[in-house]
Amino acid sequence: MKQHLRSLGLALATAGAFGSAATMAQAEDVQKGGTAVIHMISEQRILNPALRASTGVYNITGKIMEPLIDKSYDGYVPVLATEWSSSDDGLHITLKLRDGVNWHDGKPFTCDDVAFSAIELWKKLLNYSSALQANLETVDCPDPHTAVFNYSKPMPMELFLAAMPDLGHPVPKHLYEGTDILKNKYNTAPVGTGPFKFVEYERGQYVMAVKNEDYWREGYPYLDRIVWRFIKDKSAAAAALEAGEVQESGFIGVSMADVERLSKDDRFDVGTKGYENNVAHSTVEFNHRNPILADLKVRQAMYHGLDIDYAIKTIMRGYAKPGRGPIPTAGGANYTDDVPTYAYDPELAKKMLDEAGYPVKEDGYRFHLRHRPAPWGEYTQLWAEYYAQAMKEIGIDVEILTNDAPGFLNGVYRDHDFDTANGWHQFRSDPAVSTMVWLRSGQPEGTPWTNQFGWKDEEMDKMIDEAASELDPAKRAEMYHAIQRREMEELPVIFAIEHPFISVTSKKLHNHHNTPRWNSSSWYDLWIEQ
Amino acid sequence: MKLPLPPILIYALRRVVQAVPVIILIMIGTFLLLKLAPGDTVDALVGDMGGADAAFIARLRAEYGLDQPIWVQLWRYMAKLATFDFGWSFVYEQPVSTVLLDRLGTTLMLMATSLSIAFTAGVVLGAIAARRVYSATDNIISILGLVFYATPSFFLSLMMMYLFSVKLGWLPVGGIKTIAGFYTGWDHVIDVAKHLIMPTAALSLIYLSFYLRLMRASVLEVADLDYVRTARAKGAGETRLMIHHIMRNALLPVVTLLGLQFSTVLGGSVVVETIFTLPGLGQLAYQSVVQRDMNTLMGIIFLCALIVVVVNFLTDLLYARLDSRIELA
Repeated sequence: MKQHLRSLGLALATAGAFGSAATMAQAEDVQKGGTAVIHMISEQRILNPALRASTGVYNITGKIMEPLIDKSYDGYVPVLATEWSSSDDGLHITLKLRDGVNWHDGKPFTCDDVAFSAIELWKKLLNYSSALQANLETVDCPDPHTAVFNYSKPMPMELFLAAMPDLGHPVPKHLYEGTDILKNKYNTAPVGTGPFKFVEYERGQYVMAVKNEDYWREGYPYLDRIVWRFIKDKSAAAAALEAGEVQESGFIGVSMADVERLSKDDRFDVGTKGYENNVAHSTVEFNHRNPILADLKVRQAMYHGLDIDYAIKTIMRGYAKPGRGPIPTAGGANYTDDVPTYAYDPELAKKMLDEAGYPVKEDGYRFHLRHRPAPWGEYTQLWAEYYAQAMKEIGIDVEILTNDAPGFLNGVYRDHDFDTANGWHQFRSDPAVSTMVWLRSGQPEGTPWTNQFGWKDEEMDKMIDEAASELDPAKRAEMYHAIQRREMEELPVIFAIEHPFISVTSKKLHNHHNTPRWNSSSWYDLWIEQ
Repeated sequence: MKLPLPPILIYALRRVVQAVPVIILIMIGTFLLLKLAPGDTVDALVGDMGGADAAFIARLRAEYGLDQPIWVQLWRYMAKLATFDFGWSFVYEQPVSTVLLDRLGTTLMLMATSLSIAFTAGVVLGAIAARRVYSATDNIISILGLVFYATPSFFLSLMMMYLFSVKLGWLPVGGIKTIAGFYTGWDHVIDVAKHLIMPTAALSLIYLSFYLRLMRASVLEVADLDYVRTARAKGAGETRLMIHHIMRNALLPVVTLLGLQFSTVLGGSVVVETIFTLPGLGQLAYQSVVQRDMNTLMGIIFLCALIVVVVNFLTDLLYARLDSRIELA
């Protein structure tokens, strides 16, 4: 009997080995057709990337509407624009547009669409882009497949290119012109040039798109259909992955415990690949209106009190790196790790606080802080709790005030009713897009994700303004390195941890996460085993 | 000259007239209460987007009329509501009435099925337990009731999902239908039914425990009353005694509970709807609070207020039917 069992076990093991060998062999030839089901944790509702710049929007619409330029691991790649160049003074950027591309309704894609989108949407209506394109005067169309962007102040080509994959999606002019753009029905039923055509959007349930037979990349896409399912509950999403009903969950759509569990499961690829362009910082933000926190020595001491490596290991399960100032490694040439750092050293922290004039008082604490954590999911909540604990160890009492998103944004950015806060700084390809506003003084009162911290440094303001109009890429990079160093010296904000997002992907999907902004890209080469 | 209306119609008319100020008060109260919550829908929207610049935020706020003083917003809303216009949902970019109608069916189906199953099974099991009080049957039924009563709905739902979907693969994880299944006719009905088995079971089991416990206590109480003894002395059989004399009177508190729970039907079950991703009103209400989607939330509250008024009226009618000592006045 025992013998029998053992041979059965052996037979099973061999069958298993053959099974995996068979899938290896299949991986070599592409299978066409099939449906990929993708998990979405939140519902964006507006499906127009030229109106809402958000990874949640790109995750769906990136397959339906294409940007002019995309980013691959080898640099920028042409999509709807085939060539780009800038005039020497940086005031004119010329794009050659792809010929023979049609919108999903059959009308040709031309420069008119680009000009209309740039002036009416990118400049006026699109978040972040409206600041980026503030100096855009006109877009000329010398012929249907050439677009010339005219700026009143120099636009660095590097910045333009970095912004285009996210902030450069044209909309079809013939469907938008003369309408109320914000209420246009195509905002929730997008018409694009992408490999997949929009089919339907059932609110609260799913969005569906089918293969575009008329796609300009010959022979693509491979998939017949993509369905994005909205599952709010993270445990239910993990169950859907395991039951095989969903093939991919991006942007940390399942709990960290499930990420860890599924990473050991043979059926899934789990990791941060494909998010190199979508990096965020877990921050500690100070209210410099509080005289204690306005003291640089206190902020430095607090940084010394944080065991960043421990937090990365326990909270982020190792899927993160320590931050080195406002620009993450994803910043490419603009990033440097040649900055002052603050190693974990609680004894030094205590000594520095004593020297700064904040000894431990009778109640056992040096001072008390009111802390607002952002409700952006598991990371931010746990990071806040860790921060409070770590501060307690160096004698600072931190009281955590938890709110939902509007409560948090108002409490911190509008009412400035906090001592410290923690949230996310989302890096958007180039420091000039959404990062410098964290450091530049004079931000309009109440604007989220900007310097609402009461911090003003004239030196920093000058450095930021100079970098913004520098056209030479090498000089520009150097200027951003200097800004990074200054930030790490002055510590207006602690950009403590840099973390990309995490995906759980079924191994049935192939060619997945093969670009640095994969979840936002067009997936024309994605295929599924059937 | 008086119109010769039947008394029940006069009663109904009076209740309708009374309901109008109640609903207006509810709406004004809720509106002001919601305005007390920090932040508005624009904050929630930009939070979802991961950020926006100042001009974008200001423009959105003006577009949605959120830059006006609160009393102007309230007046505009109430004036629209008077014409049964629920306004526009800025979060869903659809008229609120469309958003609500889309969700109404799912919630009604889920709640009506769960409540009917829970009520019927609860009443029957409760009556059986009471008739065999302190026997093994009673103990088993009571313990089961207690277990379901004490189990949080999210736990029950997740455990069912783990067993039936992940481990056994019998039932779908969530949603209302197989997307990209393209079923039609009976296949579609069966598909939807399959998706509803687990959520309905989870909800009914929890509701069931309420009815079961209440019915058991109520039957025990009524069984000791004088008229039951009289009926028994007059020679009524146990079955007749149970159905005509005990059940009918014991049902009064249970019907009260049914009325109360039916009033919350439109609210749906936030937890069960969220876990099983059923696009119902409960989930919508929760999302609307988080998103500060005032118009949608006010629409849901208006519907709920209506249902409460109607169900209260129906419960009163049912009381009079069950116990003829109660008069409509």
